[in-house]
Amino acid sequence: MDLEKLQQKLMAIAKASPPSEQVPYAFEKRIMARLTAPLAVDVWAVWGRWLWRAVAPCMSVMAALGVWVLATMHPEPESQNLEQAIENTLLSGDDVAGE
Amino acid sequence: MEPTDTELIAAVRKGDVAQFEPLIARYQPRVFATARRYARREDEIQDIVQEVFIKAFQKLDSFRAEAPFEHWLMRLAVRTCYDFLRAHQRNRETTLTDLSDPEVDWLERFAASPADNSKNTDAARALVERILAQLSPEARLVITLLEIEDRSVKEISQLTGWSVSLVKIRAFRARAQMKKILETLTREKYL
Repeated sequence: MDLEKLQQKLMAIAKASPPSEQVPYAFEKRIMARLTAPLAVDVWAVWGRWLWRAVAPCMSVMAALGVWVLATMHPEPESQNLEQAIENTLLSGDDVAGE
Repeated sequence: MEPTDTELIAAVRKGDVAQFEPLIARYQPRVFATARRYARREDEIQDIVQEVFIKAFQKLDSFRAEAPFEHWLMRLAVRTCYDFLRAHQRNRETTLTDLSDPEVDWLERFAASPADNSKNTDAARALVERILAQLSPEARLVITLLEIEDRSVKEISQLTGWSVSLVKIRAFRARAQMKKILETLTREKYL
């Protein structure tokens, strides 16, 4: 089949049948009603928009606090005797119970 | 005597919103015809037309009257239709088995006698619609404007906001895409 001719034929048919210009009854009234209708405020949409806006400042504050905590933290000196430290940790519960 | 577009636009800009209605009434048949080239369902067509006029109202301040209002409005209409096509891209894969019987009959008659195929143009129109629906949004827009509406590359460039060279590239790709679809549609039975 000659595809070139088929394409030309189909395009010629499409050209020969332009779409209708018919308009639904009083369609312009519908658009005007839409344009002049008072804006209904969607409270949840507004709330959602403000929440999204708050994301960046909240993340900045969180990051700043994280940096500040890391900077001011003084790590405890490591125990010289690891064996003793583990024992103390494991037996701390017994010490509390014994008191 | 009816007020001109310029007078109506000036009145709307001054705050007389009601003067927008005659503008809608004047141009809605053309906008409907444009929308019907890209959408099939009547509710989708009405949504497109409504969106075009709402955009026109909202952007009326950007209309500088260097060209007729109708040209400006048709640019908006074409771009809204393009947005619609992009938002409604469907599965574009199809085979000959998807064709209806009248469409297959039409193709068979064309294969038998390419010169004489004047009968059942409804089937041919359905076939055109089927092929256009499988094109990418860019390709469909370019094929419609260039091949069906017979517009020049420069006109398409103005309507779409694409550069002239981009229109040419997209037209080339669109034709290739269309040829490929026709090949796919006819491969099983005729090649």
